Amino acid sequence: MVELSLPAKWAVRLLAIGYVFFLVGWPVITLTQRTFSDGLASFNAALSDPDVTHALLVTVEISIWAVIINTVFGVGMALLLVRYQFPGKRVLSALIDLPMSVSPVVIGLALMLVYSGRYGWFGPTLESHGLVVIFNSPGMIMATCFVALPLVVREVVPVLEEVGDDQEQAARSLGANAVQVLRRITLPAIKWAVVYGVVLSLARSLGEFGALKIVSGNLTGQTQTAPLVVEQKYNNFAQNEAYAVAFILVAISVLCILVVSLLRPQESTS
Amino acid sequence: MSTAVLSQDTRAVGRGRPGVRWTLTKGPSLGLGIGMIWFSLLVLIPLAAIVATAGEGGWSGYVDTLKNPQSWAAIKLTVGQSLVVTAINVVMGTLIAWVLVRDRFWGKRLLDLLIDIPFAMPTVVAGLVLLGLYGPKSPLGINVSNTRNSVTLALAFVTLPFIVRTVQPVLAELEGDVEEAAASLGATRTTILRRIVLPSIIPAIAAGAALSFARAISEYGSLVLLSGSLPFRTEAVSVRVLTFIEGGDRTSAAALATIMLGVALLVIVALDVLQRRMARRG
Amino acid sequence: MIQRNRLIALTAAAAAVPAILSGCAASSGSSSDKDQLSIVGFSVLKNANEPVISAFQKTDAGKNVSFTTSYGASGDQSRAVAGGLHADEVHLSLTPDVQSLVDAGLVDKNWDQNATHGILTDSEVVFLVRKGNPLGIKSWDDLVKPGVKIITPNPSSSGSAKWNILAAWAHAANAPGGSDATAKDFVTKLLHNAVALPGSGSDALASFLAGNGDVLLAYENDSIEAKAAGDDVDYIVPDDTLLIENPAAITTDAKPAAQDFLDFQLSKAGQTLYAQSGFRPVISGVQTDVKGANDPSNPYPAIKTQYTIDKDFGGWSKANTEFFDDKTGIITKIISGLNIGS
Repeated sequence: MVELSLPAKWAVRLLAIGYVFFLVGWPVITLTQRTFSDGLASFNAALSDPDVTHALLVTVEISIWAVIINTVFGVGMALLLVRYQFPGKRVLSALIDLPMSVSPVVIGLALMLVYSGRYGWFGPTLESHGLVVIFNSPGMIMATCFVALPLVVREVVPVLEEVGDDQEQAARSLGANAVQVLRRITLPAIKWAVVYGVVLSLARSLGEFGALKIVSGNLTGQTQTAPLVVEQKYNNFAQNEAYAVAFILVAISVLCILVVSLLRPQESTS
Repeated sequence: MSTAVLSQDTRAVGRGRPGVRWTLTKGPSLGLGIGMIWFSLLVLIPLAAIVATAGEGGWSGYVDTLKNPQSWAAIKLTVGQSLVVTAINVVMGTLIAWVLVRDRFWGKRLLDLLIDIPFAMPTVVAGLVLLGLYGPKSPLGINVSNTRNSVTLALAFVTLPFIVRTVQPVLAELEGDVEEAAASLGATRTTILRRIVLPSIIPAIAAGAALSFARAISEYGSLVLLSGSLPFRTEAVSVRVLTFIEGGDRTSAAALATIMLGVALLVIVALDVLQRRMARRG
Repeated sequence: MIQRNRLIALTAAAAAVPAILSGCAASSGSSSDKDQLSIVGFSVLKNANEPVISAFQKTDAGKNVSFTTSYGASGDQSRAVAGGLHADEVHLSLTPDVQSLVDAGLVDKNWDQNATHGILTDSEVVFLVRKGNPLGIKSWDDLVKPGVKIITPNPSSSGSAKWNILAAWAHAANAPGGSDATAKDFVTKLLHNAVALPGSGSDALASFLAGNGDVLLAYENDSIEAKAAGDDVDYIVPDDTLLIENPAAITTDAKPAAQDFLDFQLSKAGQTLYAQSGFRPVISGVQTDVKGANDPSNPYPAIKTQYTIDKDFGGWSKANTEFFDDKTGIITKIISGLNIGS
C-alpha cells in the first residue's frame, strides 16, 4: 500500500479532521449542550411525553421497513446493473439516482397526485378496496423509501465493479448454479458495501422530515414521526425538548454506525 | 488471497471493460420485473404525475417559469451552489475516505461516527444548530446567515456523507499488491496515486458526486432558516415551488419541479459519461 | 465466521422489531362507544388547544369524546384536508385556507353564518423586539427608517404572513394623505429593510430568536407565548394595526360532537382558556390574567385604530387576489421587483 509522506499524511489528516469537526462535530456538541442545558429535565420531559415516545416508535418502524425494502431493491438492482446486460440499462441507472434530487415538497406533491384518496390517480380506487396509502403507514414508508432509494445501490455498484467477476466465473465453470454463486461468492464480497448502504439508508430514513410532513398528515400520537415532533415542540416553545428528541435520533444512528464499526475487522494499513 | 496477476485482471475487468455480462435468464428477469414494478409505483408514476401537471400549462408554462426572473435566480443559485458543494465534496470526501481507510490515529473511529450524522439529523434541527453556530450569535464570530455562503454551508453539511461513504468501501477493497509492485518498479507516490489508486476509485467518486449533487438541489429544511430566503439573493428553488403551491398554482410548481428533474438527470448522465471516459483512459 | 453469525443475529433482531413495534405503535384504536373528533389546526394551537380539550372533556357534552389532532402551517393543513386528511373541525390562520375547503366541497358554504362570522380566535400584528426595545420602535413609520433590520415571513409562501403585509399597507393607506401609491411605496421600503423573508411565521420567529434582525413582524399571541417561555424579547403593540382573525369550521361529514366542541370553544370557558394562551377573545366579557403579556392584568389593550380585512380591504377573496395573486398581485410584484443586492 502506498503511504503518504509524513507531512502530507499530517496535512490530510488535519484537513479531514478539521473539516468534519467544524461542519459536523461542533454542531453535534452544540446539540448535546442544548439538550442537556438544564440537566436531564428536558430529556425526561421529552421521554415522558407519550406523543414523543409514540413518534419515536413510528419513526423506527417506518425506517426499518423502508431500509429492508431499499436493501432488497438495492442489492437486486446493483447485481442486475453490473452483471447483466439488458436494453435500457443505462437509462435505469440514471433514473435510480433521480429520487434523491427531488425536493421534499415535490415528493409530497407527487405522491399526493397519485395516491390521494380524494383526487389521486390511484388513490380513490385503492381506498375503495381498503388500501389507504396517504396519511397512513404505506404512504409514509413509500415516502421514506423514495428519499433513500439510491443509497444501497450506489454503495454496492462500485464495489461489485471493483471486485470483478472472475471468481464468479471460476465458480460457474466449476459447476455452481446461480444461487450458489450469489450466496457464497457475490454476497460475501459486497457484504460491507451492503452494510454501509443499510446504515446510510437507516440514518436517512430516521431523519426524513419534509416529505413525511406532507404525506403523514402529522397526526399527533398516530402518524407523527420524531422529526415532526421535533418541529412541533420547537414551534410550541419547548425548545429543549425538541433538541432532546433530535439528540435521540442522532444517537440511534450513531449507535448503528458504532455497531458496524466494531463488527468490521480493522483495515490493516501495512 | 489472489496473486498479483489475478488481481490485476480483476482491476482490468472492474475498470470499464465489461468482461462477461450475462443476458437475462428467467430468474433475473423476474427480479428485474418486480423491481421495475416497485420502481414505477414509487418513483416513475408519481414523477410522471408531476410532469403531467406541468404539461397542463403547455410549453409556454415552462417558458414562463424560466422567464420569471425570481424563479430563474432561484435556479441559478440552487444549481450553482450545488455544483460548488459537489466539487468541494469530491476533494474533501475523497480525502476523508482516505484518512478513514488508510490512516491510523487515535480518535479515527470518532471521525467515522461523525460522517453519517448529517443524514440522521432532521434538517430542521440541522438548520437551527448551524444557525446558532454560524449565525448572528456565533461563538466564533462567523456569521453567514442570510448570505449565499449560508447556502454553501447548509448544502455542505447535508451532502458530507455521500462521497466519503461511496469511496470508503472501494478503497477498503483495494489490495496493496499492485501498488507495491509499482513501487518496487520505481514509481513515485504521486504516480501510484494518480495511475493506480485514483482510477479505481473514480467510479465511486462519480457515484457519490451524482448523489451529492442530487441531494443538494433538493435540500429545503436546513436551508430556509439559514439562508433567509431573500428573493434573488438566497432563495432556493424548493422555496419557489412551495410559493407556487401556496398560491394554488400547481402547474407552475410542477413546471419548476420538472425543470429541476431535467437538470438533475443532465448532471447524473454527465457524471456517468465522464466517469466512463476517465476509467477507460486509466 | 463469528462476524457472520453476529450479523445474522443482528439482522434477525432488526427484522423482529417491526413485528413487535406494530403491536405497540398501533394507531387510532378508538373504542366503539367513544366519539372521536379529529381537529386540524395551525401550528401554535398545540399548546392552546390542550387545556381547551381537557376542559371540554370534563363537561357533559365532552365526556365520551376523544380527540386526534394535527398541527402545522395553515396552508399545509388546508391542503392536507383537501387531499383527504380526515377532519371534523379545522381551525386555521386565515379565511382563504377555509375557503379553499368550501371550494373543495368539504366545508358547507354557510360555515361562517354564526355569531362570530366563523372566527374562533383573534390576535393582532405586533412588533417583536429585543428585550428593552433598544431601538425604541414604536410605530410602523419607525420600521422604514434606514438601517432598521426587519424580519417578516414571506407572504408569497406563508399564508399567515399576509396579515403582516396587509397591516403595513393599511397603516400607510390610512395615514394622512395616504393612498394606494403611498401604501405601495411604504411596503416597498419595508421589504427593502428585510434581512430575511423566511417561509413561515415559526421560521421567522426562530430566525429572530437566533439573533437576526432588530424587529420581527409577529402576532401578538406568538409574542405573548415567547415572553411567557422566557425568551429575551419584548413586543410593541402599535397604535394602529390589523386584527388577525383565525377562522374555525366544522366539515360537512363531521360528527355531531364537533358542533358541541366548537360551541365550547366559543363559550366563555373556552375563550378564557384561549386568552390565557395569548389569543384575544372573540366574545365579550372575558377577563383573565395572561402570563407573558406586557401587562398581565390588562393583557389585551384596545387598539386605537383597528384595521380589519372586511372593513379596509373588502374581504379576503378580494384582498387575496388583488395583493397576492402569484402573477398579478400587488405584493407579488413588489417582491419580484425587489432584486436586493444580487
